[in-house]
Amino acid sequence: MKKLLTFSLAFILLFLSGCVDTTSHSQGVYMLIDSSGTYQQEVKKAQAIINYLLGTLQPGDSLAVARIDSASFSEKDIISKMTFDNRPSVTNRQKRLFKQKIDEFVATVKGSSYTDITGGIVQAVEYLNETGSGKKHVLIFSDLKEELVKGHIRDFPIQLSGCRVVALNVTKLRSDNVDPREYYKRVEAWQARVESGGGSWRALNDLERLDAILAD
Amino acid sequence: MSFAQMLNIWPHSPALSLIIALLGAVFLLYLARTPMHKAIFSISRVTHNGFRIMARSVVFAEKKVVERNREVLLTAGKRAAEQSIEREFHRVDAAVRRDMSGYPGLQRVLADQIAHIDEDYRESTQLPVPPPDWVKAVETLAKLPSKGDKWVANILGEIHKTAVAQYKNAMEEYHNACSKRHSLLDKMMPYWRKLTQTLDQVDKRIIGLHERTKVVDSRMTEYEEIQKKTDTAADMLRASSITQFFIAGFVLLVAIGGAVINFNLIALPMSEMVGGGSYIGQFKTSNIAALVIILVELAMGLYLMESLRITHLFPIIGQMDDKMRTRMIWATFAILLILAGVESALAFMRDRIAADMQALRQALSSAETAQPTTSWIPTVGQMVLGFILPFALAFVAIPLESFVHSSRTLVGVAMAAFLRAIAFALRLLGNIAYYLGEFFVNIYDVLIFPALWVENLIGNKEHQTEIKNMTDINDIVVKEEGSQ
Repeated sequence: MKKLLTFSLAFILLFLSGCVDTTSHSQGVYMLIDSSGTYQQEVKKAQAIINYLLGTLQPGDSLAVARIDSASFSEKDIISKMTFDNRPSVTNRQKRLFKQKIDEFVATVKGSSYTDITGGIVQAVEYLNETGSGKKHVLIFSDLKEELVKGHIRDFPIQLSGCRVVALNVTKLRSDNVDPREYYKRVEAWQARVESGGGSWRALNDLERLDAILAD
Repeated sequence: MSFAQMLNIWPHSPALSLIIALLGAVFLLYLARTPMHKAIFSISRVTHNGFRIMARSVVFAEKKVVERNREVLLTAGKRAAEQSIEREFHRVDAAVRRDMSGYPGLQRVLADQIAHIDEDYRESTQLPVPPPDWVKAVETLAKLPSKGDKWVANILGEIHKTAVAQYKNAMEEYHNACSKRHSLLDKMMPYWRKLTQTLDQVDKRIIGLHERTKVVDSRMTEYEEIQKKTDTAADMLRASSITQFFIAGFVLLVAIGGAVINFNLIALPMSEMVGGGSYIGQFKTSNIAALVIILVELAMGLYLMESLRITHLFPIIGQMDDKMRTRMIWATFAILLILAGVESALAFMRDRIAADMQALRQALSSAETAQPTTSWIPTVGQMVLGFILPFALAFVAIPLESFVHSSRTLVGVAMAAFLRAIAFALRLLGNIAYYLGEFFVNIYDVLIFPALWVENLIGNKEHQTEIKNMTDINDIVVKEEGSQ
């Protein structure tokens, strides 16, 4: 009788383990906000995007927001990061807390002298891989003009396999107006870099269509 | 030597070479005409026969299906009619028991009323006492002439007075007696009314029983029709079954709508219990958990209806002894009650979570935070809905049973129609194969028409007869098949 019970239990466990889906259905979003001199005034728009993300992400998803400054490959630049709880009520509380931190950041943001986008992306990939999310999104809210501190090495390939990189609100610089080819060259260079790293690239300048950010 | 050189029979004259080649080909085809015709007819006949045999097999299968359907339908109809008749007899029995049990009392009431009426009637028939006979003699004496004698006149006057007084007394007594008689008759009236009412009651009961017997008669007629396995009975049962199928299908659709509403009511709060981020396959665990709860409620509803012997989908439950069945009724009802309570609580939780989410969305959209609604009506409404829906879903067992039973008939009818269509298609293909054979034979003859023209001139009838025989055989086969 005991043997029969043990066998039945083992069979049920085996059956249930076969049913469990091992692929992760959660989403991980890492948003980089450029806070360099000219772009600082755009931060209000970034706040709207974060609010949209907070309203869209589901329990179990992860969200992190970090600033791009002179040396962005650092946890210190992360403004807020959170993996939402599985229970909706707790998730709602976490989202409120997240919003509060972002509001505080927007109110006290200071411009940086340099723009280390590559460092921020590398930090984003590291964070997203740690969360184990099924879908990984890196949102870059910047004009994509990288300015590095002398001595910082960033000209190496970035491993972005499985990541979807979305460039948001890529504003045109004064120099772009003189020669628009510079703008396209800049965007294309980033696209090539992301795609050569195994990631997918998309640029989204129309912030009225926020639903396209996390779309497949 | 190339093919072009071979065709160049007459050097430097390709047209002549072509004509010679064509004539040669026609001649060769003419020589091969009989075997070619035979070959074409053979192929067409083989194909035609193959399709014909297949069609016959399908027709045979269709007949089997139709017979099986008929048997299933009649058996089910017979069982239903038996149950219906049994139920009617039970009703008649109950009515007779009820009415007959009250009949002795009724009879006693009737007898009492009749006794009262009889007594009153007898009393009312007693006539008043007529005036005595001597009064007439005295009256005669009193009217005699006195002839001037004063004493005689006085005596006669006295006699007259006495007679008049006696008459008055008698009349008074008579009037009194009449009045008493009338009062007795008047007292009879309520008894008459009561008697009429009692008789009306009896009449109603008798009419009710009579109507019941009429229903039993009609059920018995149906039963006899089914027992005789008449076409009318089969058609009637089929029509009834198809109607049942559509009605049960409609009710099931309504129930599915209810289940969807129920699902939406509990799916969100279930994520609070089992987690909103876990998945089983491609589906959220919370959704599956909500679905499982609804399915468990359905299953409990089925068991409850089975235990109550309202449905008969699981014979094992119906065959249980009454004690076990009663336990099962209570167990399933208790589980349903608990699940209803759980759903009600989940509905309450859903309302709270939805309100919290709404508040968060408003905060995120930076819109003016509207005053949260404090009305308890939606909350209570959702809770009541969550409590009622499990019990409402329990009754799905009834249309489900009708749907299952009637779908047997409908599937059978559809299967028979499908087989009939296949048989028709196979016959059509067989006939097409046959006429294609004839068509190719005629095309062949068109190609060699010069040779046939010459043959006609010479008058060679032998080959024509052979071909005609082959065509006739094919025609007979086709006609035979058509007659089948």
